[in-house]
Amino acid sequence: MLQTDPVFRVRDLSKTYRTGAVEVQALRGVNFQARAGEFVVILGPSGSGKSTFLNIIGGLDSATSGDVWFMDHDLTRAGDAALTRYRRDHVGFVFQFYNLVPSLTARENVRLVTEIARRPMKPEEALAMVGLSDRMDHFPAELSGGEQQRVAIARAIAKNPEVLLCDEPTGALDSHTGIKVLEALTNVNAVIGATTLVITHNAAIQDIAHRVVRFANGTIMSEEVNATRKAPAEVSW
Amino acid sequence: MSALSPLRLKLLRDLRRLWAQALAIALVMGAGVATLVLGVGAYASLDQTRAAYYTDSRFADVFADVTRAPRTLASRIAAIDGVLAVETRIARLALTRIEGMEEPGNAMLISAPGEGAGALNQLYLRSGRLPDPQSPREAVISEGFAKAHGFEPGARFTVLMNGQSRDLLVTGVALSPEYIYALGPGDAMPDERRFGIIWMSQKALASAFDLEGAFSSVSVKLAPGASQAAVIAEIDRLLAPYGGTGAYGRKDQLSHAFLDAELQQLRGMSQVLPPIFLVVAAFLVNMTLSRLVALEREQIGLLKAIGYGPWAIAGHYVEFVLAIAVIGIAIGFGAGTWLGMELAQLYARFFHFPYLIFSRDPSVYAIAALITLGAAVAGAANAVRSVAWLPPAVAMQPPAPLRYRRFMGGLFEAAHLVGQSGVMVARHLLRWPLRTASSILGAALAVAVLVGSQWSEGSMDRMIDVVFFRTARQDATLTFAQEQRMPALYDSARLPGVLAAEPFRMVGVRISNGPISRRVALQGLPEGVTELSRVLGTDEAPMTMPEDGVILSEALAQILGVRTGDLVDITLLDGDQRSFATPVSGISLGYLGLGAYAGLPALDRMTGRPGRISGVNLALDPAQEAAFYAAVRATPMTGFLALNRLSVEKFRTTLAENVTIMTTVYTVLGAIIAIGVVYNFARIVLSEQGRELASLRVLGFTRGEVARILYAEIAVVVLIAQPLGWLIGWGFANAVLAAFSSELYRVPLIVTPWVYAKSSLVALAAAIGSAALIRGRINRLDMIEVLKTRE
Ligand SMILES: Nc1ncnc2c1ncn2[C@@H]1O[C@H](COP(=O)(O)OP(=O)(O)O)[C@@H](O)[C@H]1O
Ligand SMILES: [Mg+2]
Repeated sequence: MLQTDPVFRVRDLSKTYRTGAVEVQALRGVNFQARAGEFVVILGPSGSGKSTFLNIIGGLDSATSGDVWFMDHDLTRAGDAALTRYRRDHVGFVFQFYNLVPSLTARENVRLVTEIARRPMKPEEALAMVGLSDRMDHFPAELSGGEQQRVAIARAIAKNPEVLLCDEPTGALDSHTGIKVLEALTNVNAVIGATTLVITHNAAIQDIAHRVVRFANGTIMSEEVNATRKAPAEVSW
Repeated sequence: MSALSPLRLKLLRDLRRLWAQALAIALVMGAGVATLVLGVGAYASLDQTRAAYYTDSRFADVFADVTRAPRTLASRIAAIDGVLAVETRIARLALTRIEGMEEPGNAMLISAPGEGAGALNQLYLRSGRLPDPQSPREAVISEGFAKAHGFEPGARFTVLMNGQSRDLLVTGVALSPEYIYALGPGDAMPDERRFGIIWMSQKALASAFDLEGAFSSVSVKLAPGASQAAVIAEIDRLLAPYGGTGAYGRKDQLSHAFLDAELQQLRGMSQVLPPIFLVVAAFLVNMTLSRLVALEREQIGLLKAIGYGPWAIAGHYVEFVLAIAVIGIAIGFGAGTWLGMELAQLYARFFHFPYLIFSRDPSVYAIAALITLGAAVAGAANAVRSVAWLPPAVAMQPPAPLRYRRFMGGLFEAAHLVGQSGVMVARHLLRWPLRTASSILGAALAVAVLVGSQWSEGSMDRMIDVVFFRTARQDATLTFAQEQRMPALYDSARLPGVLAAEPFRMVGVRISNGPISRRVALQGLPEGVTELSRVLGTDEAPMTMPEDGVILSEALAQILGVRTGDLVDITLLDGDQRSFATPVSGISLGYLGLGAYAGLPALDRMTGRPGRISGVNLALDPAQEAAFYAAVRATPMTGFLALNRLSVEKFRTTLAENVTIMTTVYTVLGAIIAIGVVYNFARIVLSEQGRELASLRVLGFTRGEVARILYAEIAVVVLIAQPLGWLIGWGFANAVLAAFSSELYRVPLIVTPWVYAKSSLVALAAAIGSAALIRGRINRLDMIEVLKTRE
């Protein structure tokens, strides 16, 4: 893997949720870096702060303290407009619940993003990359869960993002369908070189990553680099 | 501590969470309830007040005027079968001269009724005392007249009675049941400044008008169950030799007739508009609440999953809407009662009632409350029913998968006209055509109630234009004290400042077709084309007076059921009371009162008394007004003077006061409905699509771009609703108009573009305001929340 400048630099990131008198420390002093083109799997028990972390580096949420840099963008000090711009130009998201627009077809869901992106690929190209060329004109309700998730991936990558952030992308899928989705992700990572962060609670998936990061209790407990990566088809759960 | 069940707590929290929407719904309900309560309340209050006042003051049932009849005749009238009480008196018109008022005013001089309990048409003294029976100068004056001139007991002014001027001393201010609606001679609207009622002692008036031992007017109270027609016929027979002009019942008594017409208008508005408002509000509440409850689908599934039965869940949501309905009804009761009282008071001031009885009919409140509650509960039930009885697992899922379709073969999409967000908007609206249709209908109804409340201004303008500027184009009408011969026309034409003079003759007649008949003044105008007082045809072109036959106004022709060419029977009310048949030679346009016209020569033949005129219509030189007024005062033949310019002003301001205030009340309530509907619509669309819009924010759509998608949907609905709203509003206006019209007022339906524009402006302003109000919510859409839950 190329040794380039880190795409993400996260230092002492903390996040505290306050609801009335109750305080929840979701993140306590996270330090993290990711390099361009890296495929990182994030593991950890439920409630350990994974999603909070991903949301903050994806510009969906704000930090309580610490620094988050995406290349030369200081995300911790950015306002809503700057964060929107950041998401629009640089980030692709994939979530457990696909969050497709039900009134738009697969192709149109992708076009939704390409319309506002700076250097998009063709919607058809993005859908081909996730193996959905023959399903482009179907509405979400006419697609299976795995297919919907692949549309979501296509939508995420169609803008040629620098980073692809996935929160439990296979969480709602059976293993056979999940593997198809993971194949789409690794394929995209390899082809467009987007730095990819995938949250999962499924330890079997860790083998497809360059690097595995473990969260516990709001912080990163351990990291390990996989000497060899497996192809998604080789893992099973 | 907390005895509240979790469902109750949820109820309270939901109400707090949705307070703005709940309040908007409650206001819509309140507006619906308030209209019914206020409209019916104002009408019932005035109606009951009038009835009570008539009884208290012993308002007579039959009236008759004569030239001069001996007072001994009174006992013969009293002896007529069915007559309970008789009161004879002297009643004559006079001119007034009041400091600070250039033009001569008119006054009705009446001998004061007795103070005994048996007297008819008793005065209600506001201040002072009745005139001394021996005094030739003391007078009680009507309250409106007193107020218009600032007269109080002790004030003095001059009247010209029978050619002599006399200084009067005001001893009291009073109200009379005969002049609740104090319309002066020749006027279209009461004008207190120019017309007053003056009560003096019998003796004073008798000597001034050479009526010692005689009377010129008689009022009769009928025994319960007596036949009015028989009594009238008998009175007419007795009075005929003394110049009787035909007895008439309350229906033809000027004040009563106009009061009736006004009350009928009020009732028309309160019988038509409030039910429309209430039904519209109910529909909107139903629609809004059912969508609001539909949004709770997942929670309903959850409640079922943990063991709540369908009835418990249905009960919960019914309680929720009932809570809103109760607030709305309370607002409606409060506002309606208050507005009803204000409105009744306003009318009472204009109508001169001595007191006002506020009617609060419990059944009106009950009806308003029941309709509102019913609509609210039905709305909730509608939505709950579809969910509460589903298996929990199904209920927790979103409603059946949304199978969107391409419409118009994807033409729209292919054209790439609107971008994906446009496609979203279009598909949403088309996905639930029923829901979209009901949204459009809701917004249209909001526009419609505004049109239905405001339409009258166009009609009033048109009425004024036709009546005062195209029909009665004279500056002044001088009516002689008695019919004069033709030379009086030339004398009038020589008065200073007179530019043109046209004669007219007024003959009291009963005009009938079979059993249907009406008392009207048959107006004689010169044959050929007149320049000042014109009669317009239904095509609005001036008509020429025919050589033979009569022209009837549309309203009169309709009542009688006759058309051009048909024969009508005419009986003269005075003179030899002859009867004859004559053809209807034309139908004229007329908005005020019932009109009948004939050429002067034809009228000469009909009456058998040729060459007489009742007065002249005049065009005046404004520069010589003062000289003209002085000359009119000095001319003994003057009976009274009507001034068109002042009439039209009074007409306008009075209408402005009455109609505008009424209209304003309804318009404000209509606006509340419009705002409530559009705001709720916007909020619901936001709730229904919040999730989708938040996802778009995640994808990098800006707040503005997301807002635009929502706004586009609202805009499409609101814009499509406008023409539909105009159409429905026009229908509403028509319904109100039908109830509005009476024999005295016949209002043309003219809804001006400005009325449509104003109604739409209010609705659009409501939409823009609502859009602004929900902008904050769009900005705060929780992006993370949507990622956690599945749809
Ligand atoms: N909006 C929120 N308000 C309050 N607490 C929150 C919120 N979001 C997350 N949390 C809390 O923060 C902690 C971390 O949550 P999260 O990042 O979602 O964990 P993970 O994704 O690892 O399961 C949890 O304890 C969770 O309850
Ligand atoms: Mg998570």
